[in-house]
Amino acid sequence: METQVFKVPDSFKKDFKYTFCPGCDHGVAIRLVGEVMDELGIRENTIAATSIGCSVTIYDFLDMDAIEAPHGRALAVATGVKRANPDKFVFTYSGDGDFASIGLAESLHAALRGEAISAICINNTTYGMTGGQLGPTTLLGQVTTTSPTGRNIDYYGYPIKIAEHIALCDGTAFSARVSLDTIANIRKAKQAIKKAFEVQLHGLGFGFVEILSTCPTNWHMSPEQAHERVRNEMMPVFVPGIYKDVTVENKSF
Amino acid sequence: MSRIVIDSEKCKACYLCIKECPKNLIRVSDKTNKLGDRIVEFNDPDGACLGCALCATRCPDLAIKEVYKG
Repeated sequence: METQVFKVPDSFKKDFKYTFCPGCDHGVAIRLVGEVMDELGIRENTIAATSIGCSVTIYDFLDMDAIEAPHGRALAVATGVKRANPDKFVFTYSGDGDFASIGLAESLHAALRGEAISAICINNTTYGMTGGQLGPTTLLGQVTTTSPTGRNIDYYGYPIKIAEHIALCDGTAFSARVSLDTIANIRKAKQAIKKAFEVQLHGLGFGFVEILSTCPTNWHMSPEQAHERVRNEMMPVFVPGIYKDVTVENKSF
Repeated sequence: MSRIVIDSEKCKACYLCIKECPKNLIRVSDKTNKLGDRIVEFNDPDGACLGCALCATRCPDLAIKEVYKG
């Protein structure tokens, strides 16, 4: 007697095929979103807002309603969607350059307003779709196409730690940073995404997850080496953990 | 007997699954798919697969689309 222990989540479209590069962790992140949507049973009630970058293609794979925002404005559009349709489940899925560089004002103020929206930010320390330029999360010393000698403090300053910033906002209900470098961390990432979705469903406020991801193409590494880089170089700077969780204090669920 | 099902057209040959398997049952195949990628294949002559789904959890492209535990 066989029991099926893994399947493609029901939230995915039939005959989808990821358009990401080989080894890109976007695929894992989107699968986790699909699995969480299955478990919470919210697919038919979901509206996603995406903006620009590799992350935008999420609506090609998940069978849900989606709206595409201008670059960085996913949370501004999501705010409008949520306020017009308060009974809908609204989430955004964006990359670090989108969320924390061009869209930092929109993102931070959505958290400060305590909008009942869930936001997922994929942090791969570079602008992946446009060819690997220096982004707001690029690590010190990291070589990119626009910082050929490595990011230096004097010229570019320091990388932004998004999960900590969002956790400082009073409207935030949940803020966490997770990684996808090992199976154990993938499971933790799923728990964090589920929590960020649940705080919205319980009307507690803004839920945020920053996911440390890889970009093997623009890092010029194999997928295996890219995960080692996440472990050895990114995780000491972007420390995974839960930075804010109001449900622990409130004991509401 | 536990087994996995690989969708060869979705496999992009990143080979992340090969190191995840605790029983080393996944290997690079001689075959290629339509994109020309040397895909992975499941080789389990002794029925050693645990059905742990670690490979499917790691696979970034959902190419390991089904895992059966039995």
